[in-house]
Amino acid sequence: MSQTQALPLPADWRDFFALTKPRVMSLVIFTGLCGLLAAPEPINPVPVLNAILGFTAILCIALGAGGAAALNMWWEADLDAGMKRTAARPIPAGRMDPVAARDFGVMLSVLSVLLMGLAIGWLTAVILAVSILYYAVVYTIWLKPRTPQNIVIGGGAGAFPPLIGWVAATGEITAMPVLLFAIIFMWTPPHFWALALFVQSDYAKVGIPMMPVVAGEKSTRRQILAYALLLLPLSAAPWWIGGTGALYGITALVLSALFAMLSLRVGIRQRSGPDDPMIEERQLFKYSIVYLFAIFAALVADRWLLVQG
Amino acid sequence: MTETPDADSQRKRIQRSRSIAMALILAAFVVLVYAISIAKMT
Repeated sequence: MSQTQALPLPADWRDFFALTKPRVMSLVIFTGLCGLLAAPEPINPVPVLNAILGFTAILCIALGAGGAAALNMWWEADLDAGMKRTAARPIPAGRMDPVAARDFGVMLSVLSVLLMGLAIGWLTAVILAVSILYYAVVYTIWLKPRTPQNIVIGGGAGAFPPLIGWVAATGEITAMPVLLFAIIFMWTPPHFWALALFVQSDYAKVGIPMMPVVAGEKSTRRQILAYALLLLPLSAAPWWIGGTGALYGITALVLSALFAMLSLRVGIRQRSGPDDPMIEERQLFKYSIVYLFAIFAALVADRWLLVQG
Repeated sequence: MTETPDADSQRKRIQRSRSIAMALILAAFVVLVYAISIAKMT
């Protein structure tokens, strides 16, 4: 190093925060909290203690998701540098040493699992550990660069939070939390492929085998529609098995019918040309986020009505 | 090794904000562990 060459600046705390993908984490926290609140019993019958342990469980879910996201950004730094959407992230932008990002991800992941195990229970901690490994290893390292089905199988990573929240409260895995897992699992492909359709060129540029790149737009559009149609009965399954009341069931059917209609528009149309604004795809992507928030809010509202009698 | 006054002050600013963030996180963690301990003992 020459006399005039300055040491690289240390990363700002905001860059560490950015590594945790705060926008994705908001959905993770929300669905995890809904799983916790919709469970048939509290973690602790004393309200104050229930609030402390409930907060801890959600904090662990958030820390675990943040750790997995940091590991994802560390592993994909080279790919992120080649995509407009991700080039400004801390590592590709040169604001952070990759090793610091890796260590931060490992630290958050280990801390979240240990804290969950000690404060809530080891079954919940094991599921949290599986969810972190599923996202950081199975999805990021293994599936994403290898198969266009990456989103389908990798979608399981994002489906864990309500399952973890529910198991944190009840201490056991039953049909209801598995159905909540399945709803997010089935929701992920149309959500992500709608995005992939209008940022297709970026994924193609860095060689990620996203469905529109490998199978073509027509096939992707049909698969978006297929998953949205499967989601329609699946979203109402918690009602049909008696796990929720009619408020959730009817809300889920209405929201899913609209999801299917928006997916139908995307499923049957073709790109008009290279300058197609992709309005339908953008609308489906935006609605898919609203959909997930609304369906889980309905789940909690339904439980609240039941408790109120 | 020399640094311009701007780079030096920026380095100090970043280190200071990181130290404050770390102190707040550690303090919150201590409070959380205390609260969890009380909740588990009750």
